[in-house]
Amino acid sequence: MSVTASQSVVFARMGDPEAHTIDRYVATGGYEGLRRALSMKPEDIEAATTASTLTGRGGAGFATGQKWSLLADAYPRYVVVNGDESEPGTFKDRQLMERDPHQVIEGALITAYAVRATRVFLYVRGEMALAQERIGQALVDAYAKGYVGSNIMGSGWSIDVVLHWGAGAYVVGEETALLESLEGKRAFPRIKPPFYPAAKGLYYQPTIVNNVETVSTLPWILRHSGEEYAALGAGRSTGTRIMCVSGHVKNPGNYEVEAGNITFRDLIYAPELGGGIRDGHTIKAFVPGGGSAPWLFEDHLDLTLDPGPVAAEGTMLGSGAVVVMDDSTCMVRAAWNLVRFYSHESCGQCTPCREGGNWMEKIMWRIENGAGRMEDLDLLLDVGQTISPGSFPHASNKATGLEATPWPYRMTTICFVGPSAVVPMHSALTRFRDEFVAHIEQGSCPVGAHA
Amino acid sequence: MARLNAQNVERAKAVIRRYPRERSATIPLLHLAQEQDGYITPEAMEHIGELVGATAAEVQGVATFYEMFKHEPVGTYLIGVCTNLSCMILGAEQVLEHTEKVLGIKAGSTTVDGMFTIEEMQCLAACGGAPCLQVNYRYFENVTDERVDGIVDALRNGRDPEGQSIPPHGTLSNITLPAPTTPADRERPEEIHPAPQGVES
Repeated sequence: MSVTASQSVVFARMGDPEAHTIDRYVATGGYEGLRRALSMKPEDIEAATTASTLTGRGGAGFATGQKWSLLADAYPRYVVVNGDESEPGTFKDRQLMERDPHQVIEGALITAYAVRATRVFLYVRGEMALAQERIGQALVDAYAKGYVGSNIMGSGWSIDVVLHWGAGAYVVGEETALLESLEGKRAFPRIKPPFYPAAKGLYYQPTIVNNVETVSTLPWILRHSGEEYAALGAGRSTGTRIMCVSGHVKNPGNYEVEAGNITFRDLIYAPELGGGIRDGHTIKAFVPGGGSAPWLFEDHLDLTLDPGPVAAEGTMLGSGAVVVMDDSTCMVRAAWNLVRFYSHESCGQCTPCREGGNWMEKIMWRIENGAGRMEDLDLLLDVGQTISPGSFPHASNKATGLEATPWPYRMTTICFVGPSAVVPMHSALTRFRDEFVAHIEQGSCPVGAHA
Repeated sequence: MARLNAQNVERAKAVIRRYPRERSATIPLLHLAQEQDGYITPEAMEHIGELVGATAAEVQGVATFYEMFKHEPVGTYLIGVCTNLSCMILGAEQVLEHTEKVLGIKAGSTTVDGMFTIEEMQCLAACGGAPCLQVNYRYFENVTDERVDGIVDALRNGRDPEGQSIPPHGTLSNITLPAPTTPADRERPEEIHPAPQGVES
């Protein structure tokens, strides 16, 4: 069996164009995980989830079973599914919501039963009209067939699931900002402590916030076992996860992989996965885990998709989004593009992020357009230091002998949006300083075309 | 018309009943107001405040935070072109420029006939189909200049672009979500073990 072959867990129904209908879902094992869960005590489901080693797939990678165990002993308590996917490069949750919406609902129900929640909220990104419709219809059908609502499957257990429609704000992906938004406010991340919504969450009641992919994994774990899931993959990267591959590869797309068994080289170059760089080009840099993740380069292709070694190299697997840039890409413009994103998405609470992101974007834009000054390079790093003091995580650089500074970074802001704006600037400037210098000396972008 | 009409007040009340606290309905009600008027009016924000127990200023604070809420009329078709990293390196800036040229307007503005608005969007979670755009939040992936021409032409002539039905900007899904069956603020849920009547299998 090829190293890239993987057990299909969350993507098992992706080849079925009718998988979003309740009939097809039930005919393919749908709601069997919930039925199994309802025959168990909630504590035993938590134990099975802990045994599965499942970690959060939204980006932070927190152990799911452990997260549940942190719940304060108070009621009402809530489960919130985070479907506000908007990390640059990430497009897996949308596919799960559009094409297998019942699996999301079933996973949310299993979570709710396991943690004795009193209501479930599915927070779906506002810009995803089809996902909204598919989940909405799935809920209507699931209520009608007795999988949601009162006395579910005749078990005596009841819960309601509310579909909540977002309205466009990246920062909602931060879980405390999501809760503020769900309370009908601006999505301002909350000051920590309390660190975990499990202690103080929605309406300051105990709340579990889990990502769409995370909850979508639970029906399989219940139908099989935690141990069976934990046996997939290897190292600290057990189970399967979806990697979103995009950019200059031949086969962009979502791939469910046993990540611990493969390397970035496998993911990007294997013919059945990314398929390699488009003809006539070579790889220049890649984003390994969503726009917030420090970049990696050709020398890192043999890293295993495991959070341990990836963190030691100064970055993270984050949301599982790999954006590949080939030798035609202007590093100043690529980094500017992401800095502009995080600067634009700053909620404005913290001055270092609101002002720093904005200035980094402006400075990089003038460098890209030939109006930069040599002192801008140190100025950029200085702004970065204000948002994220201390040595910033970066990958090792064989060319210059630079040692890797491991993940994570420190920050002067409430949430990770500010430091995320520093990431692309710092990665590009650390590795491709000569390209920044060439822009300044030449008075224009040496790459020119940007596509 | 700017306050919610009678029918929408009924819909608003049904939405509010889904949440343990009324104010949680603020964003869904703003979507409702946008469907009714095409954008968010000051009167609608005041009315929503009355319905959810917030001041008009608090509702305005929310309505101006989220990008989907518009505060002036937009076109029947909102064309959002993603220019984030994966799309940019695969030609999104060209797609945006071409769209601007075809419609004769710049991103952020609306054609004089009120039919189209162009918006430069942030990552739309379609990076595997880059470059991508949305028309009223419906996806078109791997777009090219020729496909932009076709989409615009179809919309101008009242046809579904590439077979995809696109309701006017602001239109909400016509699916009526089920009303909750349990009390919003109930205490610890029922224990079903040992099961009172056993779980069906």
